[in-house]
Amino acid sequence: MILTNLENVPGKKTVEHFGLVSGSTVRAKHIGKDIAAGLKNIVGGELRGYTELLQEARHESVGRMMKEAERMGANAVVNIRFATSSVTQGASELFIYGTAVRVE
Amino acid sequence: MESLINLGVFVFLLALGYLAGHAAERKHYASIIAREKETLNLPAVTIRHVEDEEMVESAWLVSGSVCVGLDYFKMVLANLRKIFGGRVGAYETLVDRARREATLRMKKQAAGADIVLNTRYETSSIGQNAGGKNAVGAVEVLAYGTAVVYKK
Repeated sequence: MILTNLENVPGKKTVEHFGLVSGSTVRAKHIGKDIAAGLKNIVGGELRGYTELLQEARHESVGRMMKEAERMGANAVVNIRFATSSVTQGASELFIYGTAVRVE
Repeated sequence: MESLINLGVFVFLLALGYLAGHAAERKHYASIIAREKETLNLPAVTIRHVEDEEMVESAWLVSGSVCVGLDYFKMVLANLRKIFGGRVGAYETLVDRARREATLRMKKQAAGADIVLNTRYETSSIGQNAGGKNAVGAVEVLAYGTAVVYKK
């Protein structure tokens, strides 16, 4: 499956549109990571626990979106956008959406 | 006595935050600048139009993300700044570092490509009470775009 955030897959002709596909996941971190991040906040710097958590979650959303596109019979998703929102204390939603298409 | 201990802890955290945070930031900036020089041959642009589509060999989505937190000293400084208003330098360098690091991680995923098109940034504040009164003072930046390889 080809993923791009351009209007099309460059160099390939789009033969069919399937419409919007999206994937999302809401994640909360476990308390250990939270405490570690709180401690890290004293000295500053990268909060590796959070970075990994969000990367993992985003990976899962992409997987869900790809599954949906596959079900429609698409072989590419174009014009992909990411969105992040904190829905509640200590949990955030990672959302990804795009247009499923079939290219040559 | 108790307030004295509290004051002691506060000053200790402040000093620790200042020393460790300052060192960490200097180190991070040095590494960012060095890696930016290495990836100069792979430009990341916000252009989304491909000049000559025939020339494109392959394209794929790339992304890089990083979550960076403030140190205690800068957090106190930023909170003080909120009283008087104006530029909050502590946060400026924080988001600058995060964005540049995210861009570099995105470029790492795009290794072998000729250009990254339609680069976009997503910034969100995270932490215990994101956006709330006691926000941890951390930002997450996601950079994403489409890596393109041209036919040689």
